[in-house]
Amino acid sequence: MSGHATKEIDSATLWGGKVSPFSTSYGKLMMWFFLVSDALTFGGLLIAYGFTRFNTLDAWPIGEETFNSMPFLGHGYPLLYVALMTFILIVSSVTMVLAVEAGHRMDKRGVVKWMIATIIGGFFFVGSQAWEWSHFIHGSEFGKVELADGSQAIVHGEFGELQNFTVTKAGNHHKKGEIITEDLMHQYQHAVVAGHVENGMITLHDGSEAKVNKAEDKDMTLIIKVKGTKYKLNDRIEGADASKQYYASINSGEPHKVIYGANLKENEYGTQQYAQFFFFITGFHGFHVFSGVCINIIILIGVLRGLYHKRGHYEMVEKTGLYWHFVDLVWVFVFTFFYLV
Amino acid sequence: MERDDIYEYSLDTHHSEEEGKVLRKKIWKVTAILTAITVVEVMLGAFIKQHDSIWPLVKYSFIAMTLVKAGYIVLSFMHLGDEKKALKYVILVPYIIFIVYLIFILLTESNYVRSVWESHAI
Repeated sequence: MSGHATKEIDSATLWGGKVSPFSTSYGKLMMWFFLVSDALTFGGLLIAYGFTRFNTLDAWPIGEETFNSMPFLGHGYPLLYVALMTFILIVSSVTMVLAVEAGHRMDKRGVVKWMIATIIGGFFFVGSQAWEWSHFIHGSEFGKVELADGSQAIVHGEFGELQNFTVTKAGNHHKKGEIITEDLMHQYQHAVVAGHVENGMITLHDGSEAKVNKAEDKDMTLIIKVKGTKYKLNDRIEGADASKQYYASINSGEPHKVIYGANLKENEYGTQQYAQFFFFITGFHGFHVFSGVCINIIILIGVLRGLYHKRGHYEMVEKTGLYWHFVDLVWVFVFTFFYLV
Repeated sequence: MERDDIYEYSLDTHHSEEEGKVLRKKIWKVTAILTAITVVEVMLGAFIKQHDSIWPLVKYSFIAMTLVKAGYIVLSFMHLGDEKKALKYVILVPYIIFIVYLIFILLTESNYVRSVWESHAI
C-alpha cells in the first residue's frame, strides 16, 4: 500500500538526511503542500461567503428554489441536476483511484482505461457547470417581480407559452395586422424590463404596438423575498391572487418591475452578493476541474508513451490523482454550502 | 532512473494482484457510501423546506454528512489514512486548527455586523 515504510529506521538515520521521515517521495509531499495551500484558498472563499450570508438581513436564495431545472426536462426538479453533477464527479474520483491502483500493479492497460473514464467524467462535469451557469444567468421565465406594496417576490409555476404578437399599430418594421411568431420570449422580457408592456399590449423595438397572445399560466405561487408594506419575508401568495398581482406589475408600464436572471449587478433569486459568490466560487472550482482535466490528459499521454512504465512506477498518476480528488473534495463543500443549506 | 544517494519511495507503493483485489473491493465500498450519503442529502434538501421546524436539525446533519464524505475522500481516495502518522498530522492538524479559528471569527463577527444592521435599520 502507498506510503508504507518497508523497513524500520532508527531516528538518527531518519532525520539525518537521505531518507524521508514521512516515507514519501519529494514530489508527492510537495503535491500535498500545494493542496493544503489551495484548500486554504477555498476555505477562505467559503468563510467569506458564510460571513456575508450571516450578516445579510434580506432573504438568501434557497438552493432548491434556485436550481430546480433539468436539461431537456424543464422545471420542477429541485437539486436533481446538481446531484447528478456531484455524482459524476464522485464517480470520476473513483475511476481515478482505480487508475492509481492499476498503476501500483504496473497494469498499463488498466491505467489507460480508468484515466480515460476520469477525463470523460471531468468533461461532463465542466459541461454541466456551463449549463448551470447559463441557466442561472438567463433566469426563469417569470423573473423576480416587484409588487404594488414594494415587496419583491420570486415566482414558481408553469409559464403559459407565448403564442404570438398581433400588431395593432405599425412601426418601422412591422405592418398593422402582422402576426409575429419569432423570438417572442426575448422581446417580451426586454419589453417587460423596459416598462413597454401595458394592459396586455407590447411596444416593440421598432415602435410598433402589438397585442400579446399568451396561454394561461398554471399553479403560480409568489414567494416574498424582500418585504414591503403589506407582505413579510417568506409570505406565499397562491392561485388567482398571485396571477392578479404578478400581472398588475407586468402590465403597469413602469420599467424595472421585473428582474430576469442574475449577473454582477442584479439577481433574480435573492440577495445580490449570492450571485457574486456563486460566480466566483463555482467559477474558481470549475477552473480547477478544467485544469485537472488538462493535467490528466498530459499524464495520460505519458502513460500511453510508456514513460512511467520505463521509470518503474506510476507515481505521476498518483500525484495527479491527488489533485483530482482534491477537486472532488472541494465540490463536496461547495455543494453543501451553495445548494443544500 | 534509480539513484543510490536517495531512497526511492515510489517503488514501495507497488502491490500484487491479490492485494489489488482487496483494495478494489474497498474502493467500491467507499463509492457506495459516498453515493448513499449524496442521495440522502438531495432527498432531505428536496423534501424538507427551510421554514420547517425540523430544518436546523437537517442543516447540521448536512454539515455532518459533508464532513463524513470529506473524511472518506481524504483518508481513503487520497490514501492519507495509509501514510505515516507524522505526514497525516502535518497535513491535517494545522489546517483544521486554522479553519476552526476562521469559523469562530466568521460567526462572532458576522453576528456583530448583523446586530449593527438591525439596530440601525432604515
